[in-house]
Amino acid sequence: MSVSDTSFRDSRLAFALRQGGGIVLSLAATLLGLLLVTFFIGRVVPIDPVLAVVGERATQAQYDAVREALGLDQPLWKQFGIYVWDALHGDFGQSIRTREPVVDEIRRYFPATLELATLATIFGVIVGVPAGVIAATRPGSLIDQIVRIVGLMGYSMPVFWLGLMGLLLFYGILGWVGGPGQLDAGYQMLMEFELTRHTGMILLDTALNGRWDMFANALSHIVLPAGILGYTSMAYISRMTRSFMMNELGQEYITTARVKGMPEWRVIWVHALKNVMVPLITVVALSYAYLLEGSVLTETIFAWPGLGSYITDALFAADMPAVLGGTVVVGVVFIGLNMLSDILYRLVDPRAK
Amino acid sequence: MSDLLTIRDLRVTFDTETGPVEAVRGVSFRLGRERLGIVGESGSGKTITGRSVLRLIRPPGRIEAAEMTFDGIDLTRISEREMRALRGPRIAMVMQDPKYSLNPVMKVGAQLTEGLRLRDRLGAAEARRKAIEALEAVQIRDPERVMEAYPHELSGGMGQRVMIAMMLIPNPDLLIADEPTSALDVTVQAEVLSILDGLVRDRGMGLIFISHDLRLVARFCDRVLVMYKGRIVEEVAAGELTRAKHPYTQGLLNCLPRIGGSRAPLPGLDRDADWARA
Ligand SMILES: Nc1ncnc2c1ncn2[C@@H]1O[C@H](COP(=O)(O)OP(=O)(O)OP(=O)(O)O)[C@@H](O)[C@H]1O
Ligand SMILES: [Mg+2]
Repeated sequence: MSVSDTSFRDSRLAFALRQGGGIVLSLAATLLGLLLVTFFIGRVVPIDPVLAVVGERATQAQYDAVREALGLDQPLWKQFGIYVWDALHGDFGQSIRTREPVVDEIRRYFPATLELATLATIFGVIVGVPAGVIAATRPGSLIDQIVRIVGLMGYSMPVFWLGLMGLLLFYGILGWVGGPGQLDAGYQMLMEFELTRHTGMILLDTALNGRWDMFANALSHIVLPAGILGYTSMAYISRMTRSFMMNELGQEYITTARVKGMPEWRVIWVHALKNVMVPLITVVALSYAYLLEGSVLTETIFAWPGLGSYITDALFAADMPAVLGGTVVVGVVFIGLNMLSDILYRLVDPRAK
Repeated sequence: MSDLLTIRDLRVTFDTETGPVEAVRGVSFRLGRERLGIVGESGSGKTITGRSVLRLIRPPGRIEAAEMTFDGIDLTRISEREMRALRGPRIAMVMQDPKYSLNPVMKVGAQLTEGLRLRDRLGAAEARRKAIEALEAVQIRDPERVMEAYPHELSGGMGQRVMIAMMLIPNPDLLIADEPTSALDVTVQAEVLSILDGLVRDRGMGLIFISHDLRLVARFCDRVLVMYKGRIVEEVAAGELTRAKHPYTQGLLNCLPRIGGSRAPLPGLDRDADWARA
């Protein structure tokens, strides 16, 4: 009997703890690797960080003072140690452009990206999963063809083109949605004074402030960029769901459920879908991470004040602390999502080792 | 005895890329409230025959039959909806390999009780009680824990017993048992067989017992169908197995090692192309 007599609940807990330890270790290693990479990028680029701070006309004394203040006179390994130490304390230095701590700026920009990507992913899951399931249950049918073609378009059409066309049609011609930016110009001004930024996310903050007029305006602005990002996410998720589902529907346990007389909805949406969830978690996490990092083009087109815009602007201004700080945040988000999907995976798959 | 199941000229064809494959080719038999054995080598069509009765052959498989009648119901005519109503409480099938036939991400308990909850509309506690009873009936000693286990935590023999319990819960009139005891040790096997036996004798259940263990089937069943390449090549009354006339059946019998006998390498049945045509 493989269900042993010693309580296997306990051993499962111990197992989970051991796994948890492993996750923390690999997390630390990945994070260190990430910092190592950004640190060396910072040293390799042909931009003198001291010059960037003091300007071209500084005296040698000023130059040396700043160099010392930045710790650049120290040996490399020590510099790296300081860099890691600071990073762990949320200190990525000062932005060259604004003289503000990079971390404060990221804290301002990141929520906008998070909000956009989250909405897009929710849309991608809510539409993509059922579409994939339905397509898989009727392979070759009209609805399967439609899902396939709509998905294919989401794959192959460049986001910036979709964004421009979307703006032209829905904003320019039809006037159904708000234009670029998070709010109309009038509200944008009001926001500075009348809105307490609890989260930095515009929909949440307007709702929390009870400013439903602003909320509606923000919604009309986010719907198009979120829809376009969500479309690409939906294309990926529906395609993967379809193929996972096809695979599950061919398994023996599906026949067992039918032998028991289970209705078809239950066979598909409970028996099969529970199994589809296992690989799907990774797919959704990947797509989410991709949106959190890769929505630069969308943010640019829609003048969305998010991390993508922030890093791009910093890059063009040769603002290395900002670029590297942003990169670290993106990396951390990616690691975090990976970890989250790992945990969820263990939760839904009892066989996960 | 009135027939519970009548099958006449059952054919199952799989349309594959390399052309149609006939897995079952004109099988006919009748079943009363008795124990009917089906034996045959691997790939002879036993499972496909059993599944056809439930109309659970997936595309690209096709079922054709001159007649398939269960308890006066024409299985070839009724709608999918009516068919679904028969599956479970009227006709059930113990699936061959519990390792693949149980849902890997659902607890055993949930799989045992879902029929009771959904079809019979029982409350959670009542359904659970019945499921535990069913597990106890198949000699599972710690049913509470098995209820909480996932299939991969069960041994092969436990999985088989869970499968049997699951299919017996709705009290079917016809049970198709596909290799139900192959992973059980002798004492548990005897126990499980006596449960099935009791259901046939006392409740008048019909039983189709699929196995490739000819001796077991001969001991346990009333009649035995011998299948080869999608056909029934011989039907024998269980007691008269030794008098089986067909060379394939004799071959199967000779394959079986006898206690004390020489463990001669499996003779590799002499096949005659004519049997498949028959
Ligand atoms: N999906 C399919 N496509 C093509 N051929 C199939 C398919 N499913 C089954 N078959 C064929 O049907 C034949 C009968 O299969 P079946 O599973 O009924 O054999 P079996 O007698 O139950 O064998 P075993 O003792 O190994 O369980 C096999 O030869 C197999 O190749
Ligand atoms: Mg079989």
